[in-house]
Amino acid sequence: MRKIILSLTIVLISLIILILFLGLKTKKIYDTKDIIGKPISKLELKILNENNNFNTADLRKNNFTLINFWASWCAPCKKEHKHLISLKKKNIKILGINFKDKTSNANEFLKKLGNPYYLIASDQEGKTSVSFGVYGIPETILVNKDLIIVKKYIGPLDKNDVNKILEIVNKK
Amino acid sequence: MKNFKQLFISLIFFGILFSNLFANDNLQNKIYKNLRCIVCQGQSIADSNSDFANTIKSVVNDKVNEGMNEKQIYNFLSQKYGDWILYNPPLKGNSYLLWILPYVFFIIGAIVLFFLLKKTLKHKRY
Amino acid sequence: MLSELGNLSVLISIILSFFLIFFSLRELKLNLIKPTSKIINLSRLQLSFTIMSFIILLLGYLFSDFSIINVYENSHSTKPLLYKVSGVWGNHEGSLLLWINVLVIFSYLFFKKNIGVNKKFQLLTLIFQNILILGFFIFLVTTSNPFSKIFPVPQEGLGLNPILQDPALAIHPPLLYLGFVGSSIYFSAALASLISKFDGKNFATVSKPWVLISWLFQTLGILVGSIWAYYELGWGGYWFWDPVENSSLIPWFLMTALFHSILVLEKRDGIYLWVIILSILTFTMSVTGTFLVRSGILNSVHTFANDPSRGMFILTFLSIMIFSSVYIFYKFSPTEERSFKFFSKEFFILTNNWFMIFFLITVLIGTIYPIFLEVLTSQKISIGPPYYNTVLAPFLIPLLFIMAYGPKTSWIISKPFKIKKILFTLLISSLITFFIIFLIDQKNYLINILLISSLYLILQSLFDLFKNLDNKKQKKTFVNKSSLVSHLGFGLFIFFISLNSIMSIEYDLNIKVGEKKQLNEFEISLDDLKVYDDKNFKKFVGDVTILDNKNNIIEKLKPEIRIYNSPETITYEASIKSNIFSDTYVTMSNISRSEFYNIKFHKKPFMNLIWLSTILIVFGGFLRAIGRKF
Repeated sequence: MRKIILSLTIVLISLIILILFLGLKTKKIYDTKDIIGKPISKLELKILNENNNFNTADLRKNNFTLINFWASWCAPCKKEHKHLISLKKKNIKILGINFKDKTSNANEFLKKLGNPYYLIASDQEGKTSVSFGVYGIPETILVNKDLIIVKKYIGPLDKNDVNKILEIVNKK
Repeated sequence: MKNFKQLFISLIFFGILFSNLFANDNLQNKIYKNLRCIVCQGQSIADSNSDFANTIKSVVNDKVNEGMNEKQIYNFLSQKYGDWILYNPPLKGNSYLLWILPYVFFIIGAIVLFFLLKKTLKHKRY
Repeated sequence: MLSELGNLSVLISIILSFFLIFFSLRELKLNLIKPTSKIINLSRLQLSFTIMSFIILLLGYLFSDFSIINVYENSHSTKPLLYKVSGVWGNHEGSLLLWINVLVIFSYLFFKKNIGVNKKFQLLTLIFQNILILGFFIFLVTTSNPFSKIFPVPQEGLGLNPILQDPALAIHPPLLYLGFVGSSIYFSAALASLISKFDGKNFATVSKPWVLISWLFQTLGILVGSIWAYYELGWGGYWFWDPVENSSLIPWFLMTALFHSILVLEKRDGIYLWVIILSILTFTMSVTGTFLVRSGILNSVHTFANDPSRGMFILTFLSIMIFSSVYIFYKFSPTEERSFKFFSKEFFILTNNWFMIFFLITVLIGTIYPIFLEVLTSQKISIGPPYYNTVLAPFLIPLLFIMAYGPKTSWIISKPFKIKKILFTLLISSLITFFIIFLIDQKNYLINILLISSLYLILQSLFDLFKNLDNKKQKKTFVNKSSLVSHLGFGLFIFFISLNSIMSIEYDLNIKVGEKKQLNEFEISLDDLKVYDDKNFKKFVGDVTILDNKNNIIEKLKPEIRIYNSPETITYEASIKSNIFSDTYVTMSNISRSEFYNIKFHKKPFMNLIWLSTILIVFGGFLRAIGRKF
């Protein structure tokens, strides 16, 4: 009896310690990978500089849509801007969602750095972006024509991300 | 007389029990407290002053005004941000053990205590 | 210069630890009645050098010697004296040195106090304690040396995180360390007791004071930490069930269980093995908590600079500790048969242990479950206050009733309770609760029952205390005043936190300067915002006025947003007006890129009474510590 209890204790403790060791190695940074594979919500978005709305269901027309969340006050957004422009040149449809920004500043930003977006929605209070699982910008999601999220990038896009996106889009 | 007293006390007890028909907490505040601010270090949405927390607060307000109930709001947010955002993990596959284990240990404790007692009862007979 | 001296005294202390282990092992084999004075002298020398290393680091801080990285990273020449001192333990390396100091101080005092008790037990305790000391010294030297140098020597330090610049936080770590690092001494003593086949009763007598002392400091440490969180963090709460808070609570449960059950061992010579297990667990859990906090394995408010190698080290050390304890326990534990009668103090104490272990396991599971889930399934979940409240709160109810009766029972077999008295007390507490509910229109049934049961404990303890003060015949029933005081404190504590949780009024609103907002029964306005420049920060002070619905001014408050320059940090200073019954609490924060300010306005009843009842709990323990019969 004593032996059984002893070996059980040892096995249990070893397991716990092993898991703690493995736990040390896991990434502590939170990412929203949960949202990949889920469809985006059907929403009315306000178009920047216009009084019209736009429904996300319209994105079904595109084979793929890249949705980019950005703002003029966000420094990393400037950094990734050139990559967005290069994606535009490869005929990727990019929907820009202008996040918690002043319209005048946003226009200024695009005038200076170029406009990679085929459509820009304005989300002045940042509430709409919550429906996309955004928690800090820049963030970029790639949705297919069924409006399912295929890929999600947190932080500025880089060259590798651009290639990866092109690879996914051109596969079909 | 004694019976009367017991009856009286149990009446008070039950009176109190059944007075619990409505929660009186402010719903928004309650929801804020049960959400994790995922860009912060161990803070709830209610505690945090971050940009993210402010956005989530206004979204929660909107949803409450739209008539969503607490559960629907948690569902909505956990769909977008994962279960990580919920401080009160819902009872499901990955959290059964979390909710059950403490009670299991409590019962084990009761059994151990019971055996300590049982021995005495036997002793008495001899 | 200081750096070299510091390193030197650490080195000497390490060598002395080796010496102590070596000579103690040799004296174990010799035929002596008690350890020779050589051991005592070595131990005293070790104490001196360890304290010296701490003083050297302290001097580094006082004289702002920025050639020491640790001082450079955590201090600043313009910092007030108090925070220069507390800066020593406000960081990982310095706090580890403090930790080692506590290990050594307890080692020395325990040895000194128990000379002549039992040679084998004493020497073995010293050996185990020195193994712990060595382990932590190696940890210090290899991964976290506070005396490392930096070159070229910086002109100015980076400064202490302003959120840590608070008097409560200055004394919080030392108190907590005296608590849970202090538990190391009965960890070592327990292992020594097993091997030396030390008499259980004597073991209880010898280690009881240390359990009580560590419990006292642990309780105070938790209290001060909680006060700090309330006043300094500006979140409007005092307990967040954060992993770090949990790590301090887990040893507290064990200490509480231990100093109850150690009485059974002392008075009735029973449950020896259980007491040994608890003694071993307390320090093991303290180290586990340290691992969870320092390794960065958890997402928590308190971020020490995270470094995986530290986590690796502590975990390896922890595994060695656990496996050797299990081995020693298995190899040396005597067989024991004990049983108790239902109506006895023994049984009530064991019931206390049952609840404490339940609380401990719940808090532990809640803390580490996310780690396990992530490793095994890579899913991330959060476990926060709702979980702990849901699982733990209902169990307080039986605990409160048990606590009302525990101190009244006698050893072996107690007289049955007087049903009439129980019913009478229950009736009064129900009536009071009924009155409260009527007054504040409250509908949470769990809280209602908690109110009844805590009132029951309060009334019963008060009743017993008065009876105890009145006449001398109580000596027979073993009622101990100190435990009544502590239990009374606990009853008051639960009573006030229950009331606080249901009576708190909280508003969270966004407002512009000059704007007024109507809330249910209040009106709140942000009249003005002024900017001031202070010594090492810039502050924005809001003028917040709170009016009732008849437009009478209730309170004028001045919450602040502070921008510190070294290191650059923004803190939010709550403005709190408090009296004995209620706190009015306002914090303000700016919302980026808008002219709105976020104001959190809380009316929090009984905050001061919550602190006071905790102090009463400690006071009970203190009474016992200074009491004649300890």
